[in-house]
Amino acid sequence: MKNLLTIRREWLLLGIIVVIALAVGARAPVFLTLRNGMDIANDSAILAILVMGQMMVLLTRGIDLSVASNLALTGMVCALVGKAFPGVNIVILIAIALAVGALLGSVNGWLITGFNLPPIVVTLGTLSAYRGAIFVASKGAWISDQDIHVAIKGLPREVWLGLPALVWFALIVLALSAVFLKLRKEGREIYALGGNPHAATYVGISVPSRLRLVYTLSGMLAGLAGLLWVGRYSIAYTELAAGYELTVVAACVIGGVSIGGGVGTVLGAALGVLFIGVVNGALPVIQVSPFWQQAISGAVILISVTVNSRSERRAGRQILERQGVLA
Amino acid sequence: MKAWNTWERVLLALLVLLLVVFGITQPGFMSADTLADSTFNFSEKGLLALAIALLIVCGEIDLSIAAILALCSLAMGYSMRAGLGPWGIAGAALVTGVVAGGFNGVLVTRYKLPSIVVTIGTLSLYRGLALVVLGDQSISGYPEVFSTLGNSYLGEVIGVRWLIVPIEFVLLCVFALAVGLVLHRTIMGRRIYAIGANPVAARFSGIEADRYRFALFVFAGLMAAVAAILLTGRIGSTRPNIAMGWELDAITMVILGGVAIEGGRGSIVGTMLAVLILGLFTFGMGMANVTGIVMSMVIGILLIVSMVLPRMLKRQRAHE
Amino acid sequence: MSDVLLSLRGVHKSYGATRALRGVDLDLHAGEVLALVGENGAGKSTLVKMLTGVVPMEEGAIVLNGAPQCFTNAQDSQNAGILAVHQETVMFEELSVAENIFVGRHLMRGPFIDWASINAQSQTVLTNIGARFTATTLVKDLSLAERHLVEIARALSQKALVVILDEPTAALSQAEIRDFYGIVRKLRDQGVGVIFITHKFDEIFAVADRYLVLRDGAAVGTGAIADATEQEMVRLMAGREIDQIYPHIDSVPGEEVLSVKNLSHPTEFQGLHFNLRRGEILGFYGLVGSGRSEAMLAIMGLNPQATGDFHVMGRKLDAKRPGDAIAAGIAYVPEERQRQGGILSFSVQDNISLAGLSRFARGPWLSAMKESALCKRMTERLRIKTASPHTLLSGLSGGNQQKVVIAKWLGLDPKIVILDEPTKGIDVGAKQAVYHLIAEMVKEGLSVILVSSELPEVMNLAHRVIVMRHGLQVAELAREDIHAETIVAAASGLDGFSVHGRSNAVGVTA
Repeated sequence: MKNLLTIRREWLLLGIIVVIALAVGARAPVFLTLRNGMDIANDSAILAILVMGQMMVLLTRGIDLSVASNLALTGMVCALVGKAFPGVNIVILIAIALAVGALLGSVNGWLITGFNLPPIVVTLGTLSAYRGAIFVASKGAWISDQDIHVAIKGLPREVWLGLPALVWFALIVLALSAVFLKLRKEGREIYALGGNPHAATYVGISVPSRLRLVYTLSGMLAGLAGLLWVGRYSIAYTELAAGYELTVVAACVIGGVSIGGGVGTVLGAALGVLFIGVVNGALPVIQVSPFWQQAISGAVILISVTVNSRSERRAGRQILERQGVLA
Repeated sequence: MKAWNTWERVLLALLVLLLVVFGITQPGFMSADTLADSTFNFSEKGLLALAIALLIVCGEIDLSIAAILALCSLAMGYSMRAGLGPWGIAGAALVTGVVAGGFNGVLVTRYKLPSIVVTIGTLSLYRGLALVVLGDQSISGYPEVFSTLGNSYLGEVIGVRWLIVPIEFVLLCVFALAVGLVLHRTIMGRRIYAIGANPVAARFSGIEADRYRFALFVFAGLMAAVAAILLTGRIGSTRPNIAMGWELDAITMVILGGVAIEGGRGSIVGTMLAVLILGLFTFGMGMANVTGIVMSMVIGILLIVSMVLPRMLKRQRAHE
Repeated sequence: MSDVLLSLRGVHKSYGATRALRGVDLDLHAGEVLALVGENGAGKSTLVKMLTGVVPMEEGAIVLNGAPQCFTNAQDSQNAGILAVHQETVMFEELSVAENIFVGRHLMRGPFIDWASINAQSQTVLTNIGARFTATTLVKDLSLAERHLVEIARALSQKALVVILDEPTAALSQAEIRDFYGIVRKLRDQGVGVIFITHKFDEIFAVADRYLVLRDGAAVGTGAIADATEQEMVRLMAGREIDQIYPHIDSVPGEEVLSVKNLSHPTEFQGLHFNLRRGEILGFYGLVGSGRSEAMLAIMGLNPQATGDFHVMGRKLDAKRPGDAIAAGIAYVPEERQRQGGILSFSVQDNISLAGLSRFARGPWLSAMKESALCKRMTERLRIKTASPHTLLSGLSGGNQQKVVIAKWLGLDPKIVILDEPTKGIDVGAKQAVYHLIAEMVKEGLSVILVSSELPEVMNLAHRVIVMRHGLQVAELAREDIHAETIVAAASGLDGFSVHGRSNAVGVTA
């Protein structure tokens, strides 16, 4: 019975997205074209990649506020490498992005597990540290369009089997995440550990190594996102994606991932991303200034978290025996 | 709870070290004028840090406080355009701060939502509203009195020439003293510690935890408003990105100051020492022409080190 | 009887100066149920913690199937085949029953988890033990009794050699208890060695083959249930005459101080109706989870959805907030002293003044002088053992922590004191101290509501007993009418049925 309520939440979100899309489409039919759908998917792809990593961290009762800085730093590193070695292969660059991102993420994991520090404070620190490192690495200079490696620029513009490359990356990450969280022991242990950390140790789950894993994965995905971001917007500079970590957390919360850990699905998080993508795509079409994006994002977080908590609340323990009424 | 403990001693030593290092490497740093001027950069942040310290001790957090500041500044601008005088303008800021903080408070206490998510939401909402209303415009032309508040020295205003302490800093010290007395010497303060240390036991002991939480969120809004008045006065204009990212600076100051993020522990003395340390550090680095971003990086590293060190020392001691 | 499956020899454990276990020997055979009996604080839970690897052993030997064991953590003992089912279940609420059964040892098919097998195997075990829920149900939707079944299913599925059941029937109804005994017998018939921890007599005689009695950390008696009598058991458990533990209550109840009418809650209790007189000890007996604490919270203003009519000393009390109840002179010492009663990171002094800060202050300003005077007064009166008033509460023993929590409330000079399971988890010496304190309190004219699921406590201390079951008030008995059978029967739902009308029971096989 209660399973129905959880599924209902994801259906509800999908329903809201459809309603918004239809409403906007009624005003401006161009919104409901395939082309527009592709644009929205393209715009949301990078967010989806980041959200998968953040979701895993949130599942463990943690949070990773350093993802945007990680993204920017790794992106800058790739841009610098691309600038210095024009002959480098795109596969190598992807590998570098994943490796650097993972390394930066693993620093978070090491600090949190090695010294028992609260994730919010650690990732606040690395948020600033990594952001500053970009400046140091680039000496404050921007790397603009002409200096961005051709392969980096080209990657997001590729189209494979009718879908843009960015969408492919997002779909692959979503699929891998879904498999990991449902069909791999480590993935299931993440749910257990977030739901009841004390019991998790008792049944033999190695909490520190799972925590290190999720922060490394979050970092790795942020690294990939960084490479794609730099390629998409053809630019790399210190303030890239500043503040984006909040959008990532917002998408997770809207998608039903609980800040308290142990609750959340890939489908829900993906719908959260889709929601933000549709809303952001709708604003210019209905001629609402893009300045509304942030305010709407904030309002939606508040609404969704209120709604989520209402459905989870139980009205005190059921001690009285129910008199013949079905549960 | 004690206001002066081991960590405060460490901070004081750090402050002295900082003064010595900068005093040697930066000529002119240790002059009274320079030091007095340095306080402009961190007085408004210090006000925010005071409010956040109380909230964290109580077991909550407010990530939206800088966004509230922006809204208050916006309110100032619009009330000025509407023709209100200085009292009206200041009043608009205060009312906005109280309402915005109160909104946070209601969501956390009545709807029982975790403050971190609520204030991430209101951070976006309030900042977004400022953006929507102002776009990429700015408002300036505030009455003289605000510039005085933000830029002048106490001596100028009360006619005592040698009192070169900026009014902003005086206000910060007054508030710090008041907040410190409340937290460390009053019943209210003891109860705030209790709520942060064990909210269930606090409630069972007859403490109205929700009332205190609500009050502290409103207080945060109020501090944001006061900071808005001073900051807007100091820089003379309102932009939607005013005080951008200041919530992180404030939280860093509070954590560095020894307030535990879990709640129930920490002191205002420590917080103020951390405000001074980070403020003077930023100022000194600025004198050495280090860019803001690099400073943020150093501060980020400092935050982490300040948490790792005590735990490393505790472990060493346990081994012996 | 088969060979010895598990044997303990000379097990010692001390916590600082307190000796929790003194040279305990234990033998468990395969296919038998051993009742591990003893009062709270006798050492049962420490013994279990050692067997499950949660606490390291200091001295002594554990031998399982002939092989000596050394457990460094919970995982070791589980791998060796020892599994425990505790009162507070170790469950992952958001995961399914099947996943809880297989957590930490998922069945794999290639690189992926084999959900089909996990669900199927779990369902088999569940059906085997007669569970009425499916393997795919989420644990958060199960009752406490059902969660216990999941733990047993987990034990069975892991082919446990030894299953330790720690007070498993504390919260079960009579029907559920009967089912439970059936499952225990099934475990036994499958060759598992079962250690059944309880302090309820009827259980010992209903389900166990042998017994081992612990008292003050030492093993004081063991043997076959068939050869045992109830009196023997009581004597071994208490080690002293009943009236040495319990003080004589020489107070005669006076006028009414509290009247409660129509105390109800949508889901937790209904229609409670009772009064309390000056100098009286009113016992509230019932199984764990029968709604007693929730009802008391309502009187204290801590249960917002509850409704009821309260009159204290004739004056109406509108208890919407704890402050109202406190002002009216009511104090509530909660069940969980570490989570609800005291603040572990606060000092003893700060804990004692916590509920009455406005009284021991100067206006809004804290007064160290008044607080330390209060602390000194209460520490002496309750004989609290602490190095200094500034010691953190976490540094005190359980019994002394409980005294601090009681001190917090007594310092307010209340008229009515509600004690919720005040002797839970504290040693016998501290328990006695608490009983004497209760006797003193009523002698001085206070009135006490004693919520307890310890039958001897309620029987020996209370003037009157109210019995609750599933949120309803099912009986009210005056001192003369207080017999163990009546109370237990009422609490378990067998009105007028004699639960153990046999004191020489020979292994009942109902």
